[in-house]
Amino acid sequence: MQFFGGSEISPSPPVPTAAGNNAHMLYVFNRNGVCLLYREWNRPLKTLSPQQDHKLMFGLLFSLKSLTAKMDPTSADKGNLGVPQLPGQGCSFHSFRTNTYKLSFMESPSGIKIILVTHPRTGDLRESLKYIYNLYVEYVVKNPLYSPGNPIRFMMLQGIFPLLHIQLHSHSLVLTLK
Amino acid sequence: MPPVAPRSGDAIFASVERVNAELFTLTYGAIVRQLLTDLEEVEEVNKQLDQMGYNIGIRLIDEFLAKSNVSRCVDFKETAEVIAKVGFKMFLGVTATVTNWDAEGTTCSLVLEDNPLVDFVELPDTCQGLYYCNVLSGVIRGALEMVSSYLNGRLGLSVDNLVSMKTEVTWIRDMLRGDDAFEMQVKLVKQVPEEYPYKDDE
Repeated sequence: MQFFGGSEISPSPPVPTAAGNNAHMLYVFNRNGVCLLYREWNRPLKTLSPQQDHKLMFGLLFSLKSLTAKMDPTSADKGNLGVPQLPGQGCSFHSFRTNTYKLSFMESPSGIKIILVTHPRTGDLRESLKYIYNLYVEYVVKNPLYSPGNPIRFMMLQGIFPLLHIQLHSHSLVLTLK
Repeated sequence: MPPVAPRSGDAIFASVERVNAELFTLTYGAIVRQLLTDLEEVEEVNKQLDQMGYNIGIRLIDEFLAKSNVSRCVDFKETAEVIAKVGFKMFLGVTATVTNWDAEGTTCSLVLEDNPLVDFVELPDTCQGLYYCNVLSGVIRGALEMVSSYLNGRLGLSVDNLVSMKTEVTWIRDMLRGDDAFEMQVKLVKQVPEEYPYKDDE
């Protein structure tokens, strides 16, 4: 056992297996902060109500984006810290990693935010998030029964979920239903 | 680095699913015909077509962004170019040209030489007030409302004024009324900054 200088922080969750279930949660928000979709695969600890949880997640991204843009050393124009940013404004972050999970984030210029919480050792998921955005376009936006701005009802998603089974590119991330 | 926005929609047009142009044209014609029968007033039909376009636009923007890899336009000028060159090509198979900029850079015209919607169409005398392609103006209005852009600095606003684009789209020239091309005037009218949607004490 290594006590000092170890790059891995203990306790670290088990290493993902190639065919394992590495995703914890998926969130999709629209530009108004409405949680269009929330799906969890592996989340033993729940302390908040779903509404509070969604609000907290949205607030985290909102503040973090504002913070990363404020710290951007390459850009001359800076908003004030805490001042709302528009989708696409300033720089943006792709993911952050803790010792127990990794949060990957994508925002489209139309303000759709897709968040995947996965095992900390998953690789770059930007392509996967883009893929999910494409699924959103194909199966939600193009669905005539869906009215924009409302949470996605589960019935409609039966088209999407089999597709999430598909191993998302080569990132060793497999989303499974159960 | 964000991917560079494509300057032409040809590659995307080649890869997206397409429908037969005549089927598309005739279906659209049938919709307009049915609206004329149902609503009777030409003005009401114009409004309805615009509303239909708006509803299409707010959905279509996501498809556009997902397939075109356009990340963000720096100003309204670039936005107009992208609509004309990429957007029109992707969804209608034609390209438009952008002209007639005003001094502030908030108003421009999109000119369509070729418009697949109006093949086989002639306006009868009773429908002279009809904007047959009004659905297109609605689409542009709806799509732009969902994205944000920097306002041109010349308005005296700082670059921090990143806004959601509210636009007015009006028809200037219409081939069905004897003009030589279709010309849509797109005017950036209002900017809606985004706000944190939750209240603190919620």
